[in-house]
Amino acid sequence: MTTYDIDLGGRGPALEARDLSVFYGEKQAVQDVALMVPANQVVALIGPSGCGKSTLLRCFNRMNDLVKGARVQGTVDFHGQDLYGSGVDPVEVRRRIGMVFQKPNPFPKSIYDNVAFGPRVNGFEGDLDGVVEDALRRAALWDEVSDRLDDSAYALSGGQQQRLCIARTLAVRPEIVLMDEPASALDPIATQRIEELIYELKRDYTIVIVTHNMQQAARISDFTAFLYMGNLVEYGPTETIFTNPREDRTEAYVTGRFG
Amino acid sequence: MSGIPNSLGVGESRFDRRRRLYGTLFAWMCGAATLVGVVALAVLLMDVLVDGLGRLDYAFLSSFASRFPERAGVRAALAGSIWLLVLTALIAFPVSVAAAVYLEEYAQKSWITKAIQTNIANLAGVPSIVYGILGLALFVRALGLDRSILSGALTLSLLVMPVIIMASQEAVRAVPQTIREAAYGLGATRWQVVSYQVLPMALPGILTGTILALSRAIGETAPLILVGAVGFVAFTPNGVMDEFTVLPLQIYSWISRPQDEFRELAAAGIIVLLLLLLSMNAVAIVLRNRAQVRR
Repeated sequence: MTTYDIDLGGRGPALEARDLSVFYGEKQAVQDVALMVPANQVVALIGPSGCGKSTLLRCFNRMNDLVKGARVQGTVDFHGQDLYGSGVDPVEVRRRIGMVFQKPNPFPKSIYDNVAFGPRVNGFEGDLDGVVEDALRRAALWDEVSDRLDDSAYALSGGQQQRLCIARTLAVRPEIVLMDEPASALDPIATQRIEELIYELKRDYTIVIVTHNMQQAARISDFTAFLYMGNLVEYGPTETIFTNPREDRTEAYVTGRFG
Repeated sequence: MSGIPNSLGVGESRFDRRRRLYGTLFAWMCGAATLVGVVALAVLLMDVLVDGLGRLDYAFLSSFASRFPERAGVRAALAGSIWLLVLTALIAFPVSVAAAVYLEEYAQKSWITKAIQTNIANLAGVPSIVYGILGLALFVRALGLDRSILSGALTLSLLVMPVIIMASQEAVRAVPQTIREAAYGLGATRWQVVSYQVLPMALPGILTGTILALSRAIGETAPLILVGAVGFVAFTPNGVMDEFTVLPLQIYSWISRPQDEFRELAAAGIIVLLLLLLSMNAVAIVLRNRAQVRR
């Protein structure tokens, strides 16, 4: 196992994975990963298809619990508590560590109900309209939908739907937002809007993002982790990873020689 | 002549002509096969309408069975069928949907759930008279429910539950996994995911399956004879413990009599039964469309 000492610039870790392994049945998808996610930063997970980056991401809010036959070993430290410790409620974990998925997946309900779902299921009492508006503003969608909150979410374009999904996640006030290739199903203009949004969001949230798009990782992230065949090959400040990586495999990947 | 024609359709070889002929023949055969069903239904409807339409009036609907054909009607049988239908739906629907949700959303995939699944599929194929015997032994005798509507409804519930369970499972399975993940990702519990997202999305499919299954139940005769439905009832039921008859049984009892007048009554009874079926299917379509619009 290799650990990388990273200068966090005085920031505390929002998440810290140690000896993290994931198995799907007999197959090991992630091997002994150690990774520290600094607070209020954007961490990109990159690597070729099937390298385990999405699986790793899904460890951070116990989404792998939903996959039959998946088994997680190791620890993920969150405010001094292990996410996989006994007595930890995965439902509470997911409320505090939200997730945005690859394909926009709004509920077949109105725009308003999509955003209000999270607060509702978490027993929110108070100004629900205010929470919905705030979340839509943070996701830079309010101006486009404020006059048609009762319309079906399916009436929105793909890019708008994805921002709605981000708003939906923000409405439960998470500390960390996990994003699994959030722009891969979108056109370049919608992608750009999502990237700008991520830049805005890191003031208030810690973001971990999986991406296939190297330029995207270079543009939006502060730290980059390169995974290959289930192993964390290299982790460090994005600039270092892209300009002066320590490992040959990292350099080969970021320069597009494989993957 | 060369093997490959040099212009379109001109200079066709024997091979070309033959395969074109086969294509045409095949299309005609399939068309004829489709017609079998349509023609059979048309003949059936015509025959029944010619025989029964003359007898179909308000008096027929509001009169009880009688040994004088001119005074006989389907009041008891129609009431019995509707009672039975509603009661069966009330029993079978919640139990079946709950079973389907458990199997799809809660149960771990193990050999036990596989065995249960196989059994449900097998139960759907068990002949209805076997359910009648079970109903007789279990509800009529062992539980002492006698020859009541409740006995009949419980028996029919057992009969339709496998079908509703399988249709509901299908509908629940058709809800995209991404919707579940989105809901779980927002901190919803399993109960919240199922009740807020999965069930509303699966509801149209569940309703369709339920109504199709109930349509089958409404035409059942054999199991109801065994649990004691009788062909001659001169009152409408007032409660679930009353004796009862149903339309198919009334029709059967009329058609087995020698007089032509009773055969006309049977035809009129069939029209009533068909109308009941058609209106159920209409309700199914309306419910399904309404559930889909809300998306």
